[in-house]
Amino acid sequence: MAADSIEREILIEASPEVVWGVITEPAQISRWLSDEAEVEGRVGADGTLTWRPGGRGGDKEFDAIVAIRVVEAEPFRRFSFRWNHPEGAGPDQSNSALVEFSLSEEADGTRLRVVESGIDAVAHGEEGKARYLEDHEQGWERHLGEMQGYVASKQRGATR
Amino acid sequence: MATAVAEDDALWAAVADPTRRRVLDALLERGEATSTTLAEGLPVTRQAVAKHLAVLDRVGLVAGRRRGREVRYAVRPERLDDAAEAMARVAAEWDRRLARIKRLAESVQAETGINP
Repeated sequence: MAADSIEREILIEASPEVVWGVITEPAQISRWLSDEAEVEGRVGADGTLTWRPGGRGGDKEFDAIVAIRVVEAEPFRRFSFRWNHPEGAGPDQSNSALVEFSLSEEADGTRLRVVESGIDAVAHGEEGKARYLEDHEQGWERHLGEMQGYVASKQRGATR
Repeated sequence: MATAVAEDDALWAAVADPTRRRVLDALLERGEATSTTLAEGLPVTRQAVAKHLAVLDRVGLVAGRRRGREVRYAVRPERLDDAAEAMARVAAEWDRRLARIKRLAESVQAETGINP
């Protein structure tokens, strides 16, 4: 995993079909990601995600509108999209981050895994990055994947 | 918050570059080094290393000390913590989103009345 990517997963007591609906249907996306979502769950679909002041965007003063394009949509298995590219521009590796969901059926339900990569690309778009960081401002958590492991091991090295 | 965001932005960009992470690695191994000695162990030129060190210096991840004609660099570990926290925030945000997805999906599942 690249250092500018993040990987998380969770076990959900629901079928892959149900989980698929939650992560791909606009009416559902607006209940866990943004305040409003206009995007179709088909490959190549362009859309927007909107965060409203006082909504999931927290204490933002203005609407935050983020472009999104669906990259993969393999029902009940894989769903991925690029986001945070400049409005009107096609998303690619240099100007957007990639979010990949994968679903796998288990005895107890569905394991949902998410990888967000290319965060660095978003970091270089100033407006996008400022917005991006705002979205992640609240709630710091010490635990994370490889990046923290990397830092910790390096710090041990440094203080040796 | 604008300043903090700008600072995070720069710090993030600084550590997200793979070559700069290698420069950091090499610097941590050696404790202190110049761009010339660092370039010997890396597949990049001394000039490139010097540029990366300048970026790392600007965000406070390394500190340079002039000694005669050369500048000797060392890592400032406390700033590495900040970089880890910037990544941690994105991870924490995904944890919150996944928790919301779980809650939604499980309530939909419960409504259908069928066990997964």
